Amino acid sequence: MSVDKDTVAKIARLARVRVDESHKESLAKELSNILGWIEQLSELDTEGVEPMTSVVSMKLPLRDDAVTDGGYPNKVTANAPEGAHGFFAVPKVVE
Amino acid sequence: MSDLTNLTLAEARDLLAKGETSSKELTEAHIAAMEKARSLNAFITETPEKALAMAEASDKRRKGGEAGVLEGLPIGMKDLFCTEGVLTTAASHILDGFHPTYESTVSQNMWNAGAVLLGKTNLDEFAMGSSNMTSHYGGVENPWRKTGDNRPLVPGGSSGGSASAVAARCALGATGTDTGGSIRQPAAFCGIVGMKPTYGRCSRWGIVAFASSLDQAGPMGRSVRDTAIMLEAMAGYDPKDSTSVNAPVPNYEAALTGDIKGMKIGIPKEYRIDGMPAEIDQLWLQGIKWLEEAGAEVVEISLPHTHYALPTYYIIAPAEASSNLARYDGVRYGLREGADGSLDEMYEATRGKGFGMEVQRRILIGTYVLSAGYYDAYYNKARKVRSLIARDFAQAYEKVDAILTPSAPSAAFAMGENMDDPIAMYMMDVFTVPASLAGLPGISIPAGLTQDGLPLGLQLLGKAFDEESLFKVAGVLEEAAGFDATPAFLAA
Repeated sequence: MSVDKDTVAKIARLARVRVDESHKESLAKELSNILGWIEQLSELDTEGVEPMTSVVSMKLPLRDDAVTDGGYPNKVTANAPEGAHGFFAVPKVVE
Repeated sequence: MSDLTNLTLAEARDLLAKGETSSKELTEAHIAAMEKARSLNAFITETPEKALAMAEASDKRRKGGEAGVLEGLPIGMKDLFCTEGVLTTAASHILDGFHPTYESTVSQNMWNAGAVLLGKTNLDEFAMGSSNMTSHYGGVENPWRKTGDNRPLVPGGSSGGSASAVAARCALGATGTDTGGSIRQPAAFCGIVGMKPTYGRCSRWGIVAFASSLDQAGPMGRSVRDTAIMLEAMAGYDPKDSTSVNAPVPNYEAALTGDIKGMKIGIPKEYRIDGMPAEIDQLWLQGIKWLEEAGAEVVEISLPHTHYALPTYYIIAPAEASSNLARYDGVRYGLREGADGSLDEMYEATRGKGFGMEVQRRILIGTYVLSAGYYDAYYNKARKVRSLIARDFAQAYEKVDAILTPSAPSAAFAMGENMDDPIAMYMMDVFTVPASLAGLPGISIPAGLTQDGLPLGLQLLGKAFDEESLFKVAGVLEEAAGFDATPAFLAA
């Protein structure tokens, strides 16, 4: 699979990563190389093979659906670049 | 080099128990060593004041008759473990100034066992790399040098700072994390022991996530015994990690009986790869001989899907990384860029500036393989191949107790080498990635030197949750190899 500049722009947008225009060409080449190398998996017949969902065979534990933690908004927001009144603050999204 | 910094962790423990030194003395010696080794750039944050306070508290506990498994022993903590109130960076610009308000379970377990924090060790950004060169805080130097060649070498990665610090005698031991080889490969490059336990053995809670179905914490030390002691303190069930396994943690040190008579060791023929240096092949053969001489039965086995492990890994790990790293958005942690624009512009600017090139590459690959139209062709295909790789191991373990392979396809390389070809760098993990995909434990032991004087490691792989057998065989291999070479640079 070969990736072009436009595809790089599209996936960068999906991933919310700004990629400089000057860098898109070289990135397209690198990603094409990596994806080309990954392609070798298509040689393998995986008909009827279950995709792995859990590395260790175990049942995911369940617990009561009850509040077990919380009540400290200042601790939760302590590392926010910007916060106010125990909330995270973001650029204005509603006019 | 002071006598105290040249001890193994086990020797230091025994001296403390006999009252022949104190944690304060031991910690002061290691703080001095850490300062003298600053040229290695092995630590992102040094915490000497905290170390001394922890050491004094430990000495007090010991006087009161209390002593944990790691009581009074100064160690390094990979800067991927959240430490309450202590800068935690994952070696990324995007976590600028992040001071966690909580402690990771593994580090807390170690403090509960009495360990002393010397500082946070350097790593590849978000643990993505095999050279430690992708760190926002700069590369780490390997304390080893080729004979007659003073060019700085990489310590391997991603736990490169931990490996370098332990090899240079700045710390008695250090933690690492291993997603595709990030404990075992740097251990091999730096001539130390590195152990990745079974997936689920150590809690992932509070470890900055890279690829959650693969990430696992483990110990790095200067002997097999040291890593066994450390793992006992690190491991254990944690309800805060839903994949943590509720099984008792054995006394791993007690497994070092030296008796492997009758154990069956598998040699996978697929690990003999093209272009591998002859001296690595030689060392592997030597390792086989050592185990046979100790009474083990060596059997050739086949792991037929080995060749597909790396490409499988480079779909699954970036896919998981792209979703794990979505949380770094300029809202909750560290860096924020482009705050004058819209919310989306702020996200994009923050992530564009905050992530380094290798991390961006992996996020983009991960996003691509998960995107509509490609999910089945890439991600689901990789999960199926992953099942086949796990099945290979399950079938092999019907016949053998452990598997012996080289740890890495080369010795440490020069800083700056392999940087322009991502796939060449990915190849560094060719022997470590398959067991990671299968969630199995592995350990790398320093076993010999290249002709130009660099350490080489042998890797042992074990059955799920049978770390004891792994330590047992590793102990025998270590004894037989008698590796006592020291790096060119020691924190003197």
